[in-house]
Amino acid sequence: MNTATLQRRPLVKQLLDGADDDLLVIAGLGSANWDITAAGDRPLNMPLWGAMGAPVAMGLGLALAQPGKRVLVITGDGDMLMSLGSLATVATQQPENLAIVVLDNEKFGETGNQATHTSPRNNGPTNSGAGTDLSVVAKGCGIADSALVREAGEVAQLVKDARTKKGPVFRLVKVMVEKLEFVMPPQDGAHLKDRFRQALLGHA
Amino acid sequence: MTAVATIDWHDQIFETLKDHDIKQVYHVPDAGHGKLIEACQKSNSIRTVPLTTEEEGIPLAAGAWLGGQRSVLLMQSSGVGNTINLMGMTKTLRFPFLTLITMRGDYGEFNSWQYPMGQGTPKVLEAMGVLLYSVDDAVEVKATVDAAARSAFNGGQAVAVLLRQKLIGIKNFGKK
Repeated sequence: MNTATLQRRPLVKQLLDGADDDLLVIAGLGSANWDITAAGDRPLNMPLWGAMGAPVAMGLGLALAQPGKRVLVITGDGDMLMSLGSLATVATQQPENLAIVVLDNEKFGETGNQATHTSPRNNGPTNSGAGTDLSVVAKGCGIADSALVREAGEVAQLVKDARTKKGPVFRLVKVMVEKLEFVMPPQDGAHLKDRFRQALLGHA
Repeated sequence: MTAVATIDWHDQIFETLKDHDIKQVYHVPDAGHGKLIEACQKSNSIRTVPLTTEEEGIPLAAGAWLGGQRSVLLMQSSGVGNTINLMGMTKTLRFPFLTLITMRGDYGEFNSWQYPMGQGTPKVLEAMGVLLYSVDDAVEVKATVDAAARSAFNGGQAVAVLLRQKLIGIKNFGKK
């Protein structure tokens, strides 16, 4: 079973605390989207409502285009599992301004909390995964600065690393399975893109 | 030697991409695009990103556009199927997208495994709302890629240029 004690909402709020125009945020579909929106919707957030498997590559394209800004990708274990290869692609570019934080509750939250591959093996007939450790996967893909975060006492350092440490940074954060309120940003993708570009570039 | 035979369309594509201020080029290994990929890798103004799967090229292009840069995805028809799900992003986000596709399973193809995706390529791209340009004559390559880039970056469309096997040449694995 998932023995995590960290709660995703306050954690993401801390990750985004004091976000200014130098912080560009992409969130994966589902819970990560609602998490960053609960912390405060802002034009320089790009919350995805679909496009599973897209956030890391999207963060890379953005980080390469905006080397002077910090790019923070926040997503879940299910989304990350769908695009493991993108971690190797990030590693080929070694973007110093990119941080990836995966909130791992070992569940596919949007479809009813089925076990993902990060769930333990031999966890019963309906809840078993593979024990996949995404922080080891990231390191194996060539992102040297990859680590696992489990304890409340590690969160301050996590925030500092995600916001300021020379990248690429990968952090796997084990979080609790929780039933949380849906806090939704605007849904229209073209609008989200245009407001992001307007805020960043001064034109859509 | 005719004038046509002297046209180096790979070089022309490279120059056209530079003319359109393309800053990021995504690719998988490809003999058909090989010369173009090498030119991009050697260029100081272009960042080349090798992919583990063609699918990564769509969100990369979306991210680059969010950050104010233009990009292009280079792939074979063999990999087009890998991109279809995330190709939907070009509709939902409505961002300019350009891909140049070298065709296999198209014209005198030797390898039967190439035909299904080669023949399916125009249909699946059309199904996802991608505008198609096709070129099988070296004389037309430059103008076609230029028009495609204009449709993408000025017209805001998702555009694919199909570089036909007749243009690229038939891979024969040493068989005649």
